[in-house]
Amino acid sequence: MEKAHAKHQWRSNTLPALLTVGPVTLVLVLLVAIPLIYVVVMSFCSIDQYYNVQLQFTLDNYKRLVSANYMKIYAQSILIAFVTTLLCILIGYPFSYIIARTQSRRKKLLYMLVIIPFWTNSLIRIYGWRTFLGTNGWLNTVLQFLHLTKEPLDLLYKQGTTILGMVYCLIPFMILPLYTAIEKLDGSLLEASADLGAKPVVTFIKVILPLTSSGIFSGSIMVFIPCLGYFFVSDILGGGNSDVIGNLIERQFQSGNNWPLGAALSIILIVITLVLVKLYQRMGGDMDSLGV
Amino acid sequence: MSRNSKRKAKKARNGIFCGLVYLFLFLPISVIVVNSTNATTSKPYLSWKGFTLDWYVKLFDNTQLLQSFGNTMIIAVVSTLLATIIGTIGAVGIYRYHFRGKGIINGLLYIPVVIPEIVLGISLLTIFSKVNIPRGMLTLILAHVTFSVPFVIFNVRARLSGYDKSIEEASMDLGANRLTTFMRITLPVLAPGIAGGALLAFTLSIDDVIISYFVNGQTKTYPLKVMESIKSGVAPDVNALSTLILIATILLVVLTQSGIFSKNKEHS
Repeated sequence: MEKAHAKHQWRSNTLPALLTVGPVTLVLVLLVAIPLIYVVVMSFCSIDQYYNVQLQFTLDNYKRLVSANYMKIYAQSILIAFVTTLLCILIGYPFSYIIARTQSRRKKLLYMLVIIPFWTNSLIRIYGWRTFLGTNGWLNTVLQFLHLTKEPLDLLYKQGTTILGMVYCLIPFMILPLYTAIEKLDGSLLEASADLGAKPVVTFIKVILPLTSSGIFSGSIMVFIPCLGYFFVSDILGGGNSDVIGNLIERQFQSGNNWPLGAALSIILIVITLVLVKLYQRMGGDMDSLGV
Repeated sequence: MSRNSKRKAKKARNGIFCGLVYLFLFLPISVIVVNSTNATTSKPYLSWKGFTLDWYVKLFDNTQLLQSFGNTMIIAVVSTLLATIIGTIGAVGIYRYHFRGKGIINGLLYIPVVIPEIVLGISLLTIFSKVNIPRGMLTLILAHVTFSVPFVIFNVRARLSGYDKSIEEASMDLGANRLTTFMRITLPVLAPGIAGGALLAFTLSIDDVIISYFVNGQTKTYPLKVMESIKSGVAPDVNALSTLILIATILLVVLTQSGIFSKNKEHS
């Protein structure tokens, strides 16, 4: 039988287009766009004595949030995120480089060994650090047993402890993009550079670094931004000295019961995120390499 | 020879460095595993009272903990399934058809990926509260679908970019309709991307803390139950459950990996 005029209608296909793209559009509009718009609206609202949201335009929330106390915490968050990102690069880059360029047969195993810890619940791993670092914890017990220290080291509930926890949680987001970028390095380029007389340091700065910069950038974004919101790390390890913006937001939605204030804080966090993403794009970052 | 010994020294140095990093990564894991065998019975369960495997048995008496784990599994499976379907057909549709608002959709997709999870969490909380949807399993599943769909789409899209449409045209020429072509030609090509996206969605769902924290209502998921335990002292049965989960995932990885290893052997 002849299928006369088997038209391949690749254009103007409203029904297939609707069926395929419809569901994801619904999800994006109903569960992403509209909630965020509502948060923006709420940030300009206030609450009455029963903690109900009043739909009356006010700038009070924002006025409160530019006071000195809050600015201090924004600065602290950005500092913590910055140090965390830096440490992730300093540790993650050499590590990814060695693993990605190894000739060992166990390369895949080495890669999996990075990911396996992260299949254990992150909260309990952070709690493991608390157990390890506490005054009666493993580290102090071992150090005192070996007579390396007389008194227990006070390691917990400091800014440094929070940074340790953040680095621990976020370093895979640096290692994975770096691994992908480094694996794409063409070894012959490095050989050519050496052949032309460049010392290893020069080859690194002029050849390797530029070629892997995309990995560094996308890794940095995937570390810095979540760090600002990871309130549970500073809750468990930081003990109140190292709040990040996420802690402020969490407080307003739980004990503070001031949702509009929390919404305003979230908007501030979104603005910071947008600035960072713009910076990332300006430095040549590719949006498609995020999150894959 | 000096060059050989230089190379060996470099290899040793690299090995030690990587070893230290792995030590760092696995340190808390070992704390968890060891503490799961701690015979302590009183809060905060921190001092070592001897080795025992009792907690692995007592674990199954802790109905609340097991139920929270069950909730997490249900949410992960359902949300991954939904996100994979919505994401796969969405990715195909976006790639193939041109329509107004395509740019907006593409832009919106990045939001759940780039934005801090806490913002997603509270925005969903506020909208669920406004529309009077009671917080529980339903809101948890909706939330998990929301952050999973973009990851599925990105993974499937990666497979689509190198894709040759002419196979589909050939299939249609041979008389297959659009649906058959999709199921028999397109899907198999996309399969690795779909699998990758689904795996990522599942992993993210199981460990989700921040978003679940805001939209869960009274329902406890496994990470949230752990969070609760941390406030009162983490009993070794929680450690035991985490150890069991870890062993299960390692076994899964080993099984899938050994399949790949044997394939490689055939080729070489």
